[in-house]
Amino acid sequence: MSGQPITFFGRVEKALGDEQLRKAVPFTQDRLRAGRFQAADELGNIEEWRDLAAQIRAHTLENLDSYLEQLALNVEKNGGYVHFASTAADAVNHVLRIAQEKNARSVVKSKSMVSEEIHLNKHLEAQGLRVIESDLGEYIIQLAKETPSHLIAPAIHKTRAQVAELFSEVAGRALSDETEVLCQFAREELRREFLEADIGISGCNFAVAESGSIVLISNEGNARLTTTLPKVHIAIMGMERLVPTWSELDIVVSMLTRSATGQKISVYMTVMSGPRRRGDIDGPEEFHLIVLDNGRSDILGTAYQEVLKCIRCGACLNVCPVYRHIGGHAYGGVYSGPIGAVLTPLFEGYEEWKELPYSSSLCGACTEVCPVKIPLHDLLIEHRKDEVEQGHVSWQEKFAFKVFGYLTSHPSLYDKAVRTGHVATGWLAKEGVIEKGPGLLAGWTSIRDLPRPAKQSFREWWKQEKEGRGRDN
Amino acid sequence: MKISFFVTCLADVFYPGVAKDAVEVLERLGCEVEFPQAQTCCGQPAYNSGYHKETKNIARHMIETFAGAEYVVTPSGSCAAMLHDYVKLFEDEPEWLEKARVLAAKTYEFTQFIVEVLRVEDVGAAFRANATYHRSCHMTRLLGVKEAPMKLLEHVEGLRVTPLPNAHDCCGFGGTFSVKMVPISEQMVDEKIRHIEETDAEVLIGADCGCLMNIGGRINRKGKPIKVMHIAQVLNHSKREGGGSYADENRE
Ligand code: SF4
Repeated sequence: MSGQPITFFGRVEKALGDEQLRKAVPFTQDRLRAGRFQAADELGNIEEWRDLAAQIRAHTLENLDSYLEQLALNVEKNGGYVHFASTAADAVNHVLRIAQEKNARSVVKSKSMVSEEIHLNKHLEAQGLRVIESDLGEYIIQLAKETPSHLIAPAIHKTRAQVAELFSEVAGRALSDETEVLCQFAREELRREFLEADIGISGCNFAVAESGSIVLISNEGNARLTTTLPKVHIAIMGMERLVPTWSELDIVVSMLTRSATGQKISVYMTVMSGPRRRGDIDGPEEFHLIVLDNGRSDILGTAYQEVLKCIRCGACLNVCPVYRHIGGHAYGGVYSGPIGAVLTPLFEGYEEWKELPYSSSLCGACTEVCPVKIPLHDLLIEHRKDEVEQGHVSWQEKFAFKVFGYLTSHPSLYDKAVRTGHVATGWLAKEGVIEKGPGLLAGWTSIRDLPRPAKQSFREWWKQEKEGRGRDN
Repeated sequence: MKISFFVTCLADVFYPGVAKDAVEVLERLGCEVEFPQAQTCCGQPAYNSGYHKETKNIARHMIETFAGAEYVVTPSGSCAAMLHDYVKLFEDEPEWLEKARVLAAKTYEFTQFIVEVLRVEDVGAAFRANATYHRSCHMTRLLGVKEAPMKLLEHVEGLRVTPLPNAHDCCGFGGTFSVKMVPISEQMVDEKIRHIEETDAEVLIGADCGCLMNIGGRINRKGKPIKVMHIAQVLNHSKREGGGSYADENRE
């Protein structure tokens, strides 16, 4: 990522100091969140829908092998090619090989988080290919030389004024920051690219095993152009992103769009079932589907399996009070917000990502909203447990919790500890509050006051007042 | 009705006044309150930090402490939720799992108990103030208690409660989150305070001492003229002239 500090707290500090981000993210977050909750109200029985969607996703994961096999057979039957990639590098190599075979010089892409995951653009550009992102948000961050900071709204951290500035540079003249003007400009620029591109690369919101189709959800129509204008279309999908049949597709798509933006259905839903057939009026001559593992199969069968139910709707980001303030880049990984905090350490280990599971107040907003009922905040706790067990926490913390565990399961010691609270804090307190505490308390008192433990704890009072007077008899 | 009171460590140590008010309200409503002295902490700090072996020891101790209780009532939605969550710890230990289920089934948060079990919405309190209410995350999302506090506050004579904008957002407490992720927690609590100020409330009411300690601590530090109160303190404000509560005892 260009220009991002390497430590988590460094990135947080940068984000918190970014005034544009601090305006733009809460603004869009409020809008998307409100959309989701209104859509849920209109639907009426959202909890039943969530149950259903969760069941579909869980069932698919339980039978992933057979559905993937069915999908691959059907894609081939339709005249497409299927490539399995166990690592990011494998996936990149498949794309590069196809590009080479076709003597391709330029690539047009529609939005795809999986291509971000494998850092595809960087590799294509290193081979001298011209890469253009055709989704408006992606186009903006490509111009800004950044990475997406949100699953469905990649440029959420940018204000309109910033976008106008970026576009003006490309245009070579000053553009106003009216949405109409900016969209019109992007449309004209991108049309040209579409006509010249040799290869179109897309992601895949869902693949349908029974028909070998891939489905793309978008609001801009760029996915349709990406998959039909260039001679070759490559779709890259995470190996878990499929459904058995069209009837399940119906339900998960409906949950995806409602959870993401509050829309009943997106403006465009593009279904691709193989390359152009005789008699088709458009479509690519060649269709390739790359199925990416990249650590996913290692998650199957573990305590984290449910994370693979994710349909990348972004709703957990849209309700997250932490994401609200720090935006997506501070998380540091390709995926941000609560889902990113769960996924990134799974894909890349704790060594570099040990703070992520703690980047949540465990308020449960993500778990409450997730359309496929991933217990996100429980999985963050699961990570913390693994970090403790694998020795990624300080010995001071370990020691403190050993003591805490001992005291709280030995009531007479606990009682003593409570009783000394007031006295022990005497030297710290001023007018009943503690303004500067030692150790862990320092974190607390660096921004807030701490009340001094009361002179008489409740348990002492009870003993004296109630039991002393023998009221209980 | 006989209830066992679980005070929670924060109320025990920092806010005994809140706990006394809660007990008085319950007694006024006809409950016979007992306080098992062996109780300690619900174990949430350890659980949320990933120390599950330690948490299991605490959970076993708490399960045994409250084994004889008919109802367990506590003035914290978060601690009540933790007691409910013990079942997650004992998935592989059927004997304890069963005991954890029994504890979960009889454990209630204070306002939830009054509204759902005692079926009372008007506790006969009066409190003249412009207030707003912070709905705590664990209470609303993990325990699923959303309506009870509002119903009780609606019946408090003289109290005006203005809805808090962005009420769904966490206040930035999150237990150890508040000390581990200070810069983020700071932004969260500051936004919460901005929203409280937008309501022009002179009193912020909440039902969880953790959140109140966080918001109140920040309010104190910034010297804002907003009073922070636990809902038990409000509900124990008597209608009689001069009828007070233990509310401010801890701040003397
Ligand atoms: S975890 Fe759930 S809410 Fe978050 S992006 Fe995935 S499906 Fe959506």
